[in-house]
Amino acid sequence: MTSYDSDKAAKIQAHLHSHLPSEPALRVKALESLLVERGLVASETLDAWVEAYSEEIGPRRGAQVVARAWVDAEFKARLLDNAAQAIVEFGFEGNATGDLKAVENTADAHNIVVCTLCSCYPFSLLGMSPPWYKSAAYRARVVREPRKVLAEFGVDLGDDIAVRVWDSTAEIRYLVVPQRPAGTEGWDEAALAAIVTRNSMIGTDRELVAGAE
Amino acid sequence: MSAPETDRRFGPDDRLAPDAPEFGEAWHAQVLAVADTLITSGQIGAGDWAAALGAQLRLHQGEGADDTESNYYVAALAALEGLLDGGAIVSAPDLNSRRDIWARAYVATPHGHPVLLSAGQD
Repeated sequence: MTSYDSDKAAKIQAHLHSHLPSEPALRVKALESLLVERGLVASETLDAWVEAYSEEIGPRRGAQVVARAWVDAEFKARLLDNAAQAIVEFGFEGNATGDLKAVENTADAHNIVVCTLCSCYPFSLLGMSPPWYKSAAYRARVVREPRKVLAEFGVDLGDDIAVRVWDSTAEIRYLVVPQRPAGTEGWDEAALAAIVTRNSMIGTDRELVAGAE
Repeated sequence: MSAPETDRRFGPDDRLAPDAPEFGEAWHAQVLAVADTLITSGQIGAGDWAAALGAQLRLHQGEGADDTESNYYVAALAALEGLLDGGAIVSAPDLNSRRDIWARAYVATPHGHPVLLSAGQD
């Protein structure tokens, strides 16, 4: 004769459920397996994509571009004229940077980038966008009250500094070229790139610091 | 669906926080990998993807979803599913059926063993 142990049954059930991926993870797995089966994507391509964006492709790429613009006036002119073409010199082009525009911060102008529709971002140049860039709050507020949002990021702009907000789309994306900080005269590109922050290339950081990591 | 405890809240970066992984969960990366690969191969248009993602984000926000990273990716997955269903690339019934097979496969497979689709098929 068998007996029913409800406690034991609940533990077995919990064990089974703990093994089951979350609902979205399960749906992504289902989608991926169908696409692979139908020859529309290759597992190896997806694995390589995830590995590249988890480890290799990140804001260090954009920082190298900014550093070169600081030391090479001719490159800077090319970057501001046609950024999509200029980053080909580094091999950083990708389908998300087909139309890239570089916008330069100056003593009296600050640039900040958003995608009000969704989360368009030059990710082959800057890697994955930070979580806040995708948030509804940032996407809505940065257009309405950019100075207030900037203040929350620790950037207090004087009234004498104009703010330009650039709205990214699937067709055009932006790279902010921050100002080179004082005290970096004579530095090489690698040393300069090391002080360029991701946020400064989105525009939520402004004053870079010589000597910062 | 409740957000996992590790869900990252939105807000300016904490400069003192340790480096966070690029993706909070593996499926977040997989959604974007699939979408970007399909855009690159021309199966879906970049503009269509942006419009579908924007529409899903607005929809989720309108329904009161928390403004979190996980919910962003839930919207991204819904956008991808919608585009593939609308484009007759992967229909919703096909996807739901495959999801159920995988669910059965996971439940039928002992811990520590690779989960194969065949384990969930009748």
